Amino acid sequence: MSNKSVKTMREAIALSGLKDGMTVSFHHHLRNGDYVLNMVMEEIAAMNIKGLTVNASSLFDTHLPLIDHVKNHVVRKIQTDYMSGVIGRCISKGVMEEPVEFRTHGGRPSSIELGCTPIDVAFIAAPASDPMGNCTGKYGKSACGSLGYAFPDAMNAKKVIVITDNLMPYPLLGWSIPETYVDYVVEVDAIGDPSGIVSGTTKITRDPIGLIMAADAARVIQYSGLLKDGFSFQTGAGGASLAAAKFLKEIMLKEKIKGSFGLGGITGYMVEMLNAGCFESLLDVQCFDLDAVESIRSNPKHQEISSIHYASPSARSAVVDSLDVVILGATEIDTDFNVNVHTDSNGYIMGGSGGHSDTAAGAKLSMIIAPLSRARLPIVTDHVTCISTPGKDIDVVVTQKGIAINPRNKGLSDRLKQAGLNIVDINELKEIAERITGVPRKLEKGERAVAKVIYRDGTLLDTIYNVSDTR
Amino acid sequence: MRRSMLFLPGNTPNIIINGDSLGADAVILDLEDAVSPSEKDAARILVRNAIKLMKFENCEVIVRINSLDTDYWKSDLDEIVPLKPDLIMPTKTSSAADVQIIDSYITELERKFSIGPNTVKLIPLIETALGVENAFRIATVSKRISALFLGGEDLTADLRCKRTKDGNEIDYARKRIVCAARAAGVDVYDTPFTDVNDDEGIYADAEYAKSLGFTGKSAVSPRHVAAINEVFSPSQKDVDYAYEVMEAIRIAKEQGRGAIALHGKMIDAPIVARAQQTIAMAEELLSMRGGRHE
Amino acid sequence: MTKIVKKAYAGTIESSDVYVELEPKDVGLDIQIESVVLNQFGDAIREVVIEVLEQFGVQDAKVKIVDRGALDCVIRARVEAAIKRGEGK
Repeated sequence: MSNKSVKTMREAIALSGLKDGMTVSFHHHLRNGDYVLNMVMEEIAAMNIKGLTVNASSLFDTHLPLIDHVKNHVVRKIQTDYMSGVIGRCISKGVMEEPVEFRTHGGRPSSIELGCTPIDVAFIAAPASDPMGNCTGKYGKSACGSLGYAFPDAMNAKKVIVITDNLMPYPLLGWSIPETYVDYVVEVDAIGDPSGIVSGTTKITRDPIGLIMAADAARVIQYSGLLKDGFSFQTGAGGASLAAAKFLKEIMLKEKIKGSFGLGGITGYMVEMLNAGCFESLLDVQCFDLDAVESIRSNPKHQEISSIHYASPSARSAVVDSLDVVILGATEIDTDFNVNVHTDSNGYIMGGSGGHSDTAAGAKLSMIIAPLSRARLPIVTDHVTCISTPGKDIDVVVTQKGIAINPRNKGLSDRLKQAGLNIVDINELKEIAERITGVPRKLEKGERAVAKVIYRDGTLLDTIYNVSDTR
Repeated sequence: MRRSMLFLPGNTPNIIINGDSLGADAVILDLEDAVSPSEKDAARILVRNAIKLMKFENCEVIVRINSLDTDYWKSDLDEIVPLKPDLIMPTKTSSAADVQIIDSYITELERKFSIGPNTVKLIPLIETALGVENAFRIATVSKRISALFLGGEDLTADLRCKRTKDGNEIDYARKRIVCAARAAGVDVYDTPFTDVNDDEGIYADAEYAKSLGFTGKSAVSPRHVAAINEVFSPSQKDVDYAYEVMEAIRIAKEQGRGAIALHGKMIDAPIVARAQQTIAMAEELLSMRGGRHE
Repeated sequence: MTKIVKKAYAGTIESSDVYVELEPKDVGLDIQIESVVLNQFGDAIREVVIEVLEQFGVQDAKVKIVDRGALDCVIRARVEAAIKRGEGK
């Protein structure tokens, strides 16, 4: 009988056969409270292994030590779906020789399964695991709920190492990832900091402008023709997006509409909608707060799904293909409705698609909520600094000064105008913004490519260039 | 149409620049209580620039100035009157004489800046016991008076009692000011609701104000604006009835009848006037951009 | 001609506001600008500041601007307020 339990991280890495130039992978369900990525990379660095590709589904500020590993040539290439501002800034300044490869939450698993981005060793942080590797995120002091993004790694990597701070007797009940994929199991003191893993509760915005836009967004959905029995819905975790969910819930309860499923990125607000009877089920690829974790643990109607099932374009079908409405954010939108979620207006990387492109492509109605300007910078421009999601997939842009509808969607425009909503042309929105803020100077692009934006189908969507500090 | 009025602190650019996006029918740029004494000068200039250079779309602009017992009110008027704001709100208005002082000074400024006489209107803030007692005289002393405005917070300080959510303590003042305003033929506005976090209570408070005859209500929190707009907008029933009234009058005219009854009630001039107002408001709401009105 | 005779400031570093500090200087204008939107609006901000100084006849001053995305009309207001606070009567 095989003994998968390994005493130390170093032993596990050695047993995995990790060598120079290989690819390691991590999921991001522990978010900014994650200890595992840093722990593993530190060990790898100490073992003098070099030139690795790191495929992490997302990277947060806590993962800043990765940049040191880059400088020391432990890491040669980074593949990810999202990168927060602190690391993003380093990348934008040109610290890496090879451009970062940005994919999406659906494109990443697709790419792994098709063999385009093969993984040599997958490290799966698991809040609960038994000694054979049956593991889940639903229990334990570091519980994170769904392990959706870890599935493609577990199912396709050459070697899989589970790292847990909560070793349970065999067999673990209610496992997510089965032992059949796992090579080794390592127990550590802590895989993460609970307060950084999930917020106590995600809160809706209190900004009055955000609330006004959220109310309009809910009205757009109401008059779109899609809000009827069987309705399905996804919203982001940002303040205004959550407020829209709250207003939508009020409308659904008032009109006694029984939706089919809520999708995401699940927060306590979606759980409330499930419990209030607005949906039959929640399909959960990631839990954002404790309410969501508690719900996925105890409510059979709240189901975990893998990122493959969630959004892979190469699966027979994915949930996003059945989605009615998605509410998304943006740092910039251009007059062709292309959306930027990778960089700020100065060109610094501070985000990534996440599930943006996937849900926008799949949903019948994709809506962006964004204020017309943020600290004097207009949201609407001639050309976005970086195309994260192509305009053909974006239907509606809701701002506090008006709602723009993609001309591709003729019927929607008429319906919403009749409902008395303030519909304006996207070019007019840009003019309104510029009349208030003044016209911003166009920035020159840097000369060196620091990142590639790879669309969910594997094609190159855009390139992100470096930002030079001088001005 | 003026159902809701939202106070915006006069020295806070962040709030002022978004003022017209919050759904209020009028914004009150506040140079008084929201601005500390050391910043009165800067606030005055900021508000002047905001009115001059920003377009406040779809809402009226009211400026609340400092009271007569300060050094600031004259400078406030010097700065603001040339821009012809829709209304000026003098504070601690306690007597007709108070209004006359402001009125005369504005007249001087209108002459100085070649603005037509009586262009700038007033909406005096009644927030003292004496002001309540003198409400009718205040409302009738000047052609500039467009409406009366009740300030519950400072009034209760003058009355030496607590300002409460229920509002028992300001009930007499509310009713008295409505009477005074209506007797004078001007509009009248209710004081803000005290609890920013009570999303239900604002409805009750606004409904009560409406039931007493107030034209509309003010708010210090943007969260209250939608509720106030909803309460002070005519309901579908109100609108239907108004059209019925006008139809009944039309028929009466055709048939050469002097008086007509509708649903067993005689339709006289005040009912017709109210019906016309309701229809005007409903039509304005329809043509407003995406009226936040269900 | 307006002389700045004492250090004066107006505005704040809150979002959408601008902090303006004026100090007396013997000859000429020395304008330092920090801004969260320096790349996009740095030139525009400088132009507006100079315009307002000229409008009020200030020819000599040390000017420090810390901008947090203030609109044109706000920058104008804060510079004017600082001038009026710092001028010799």
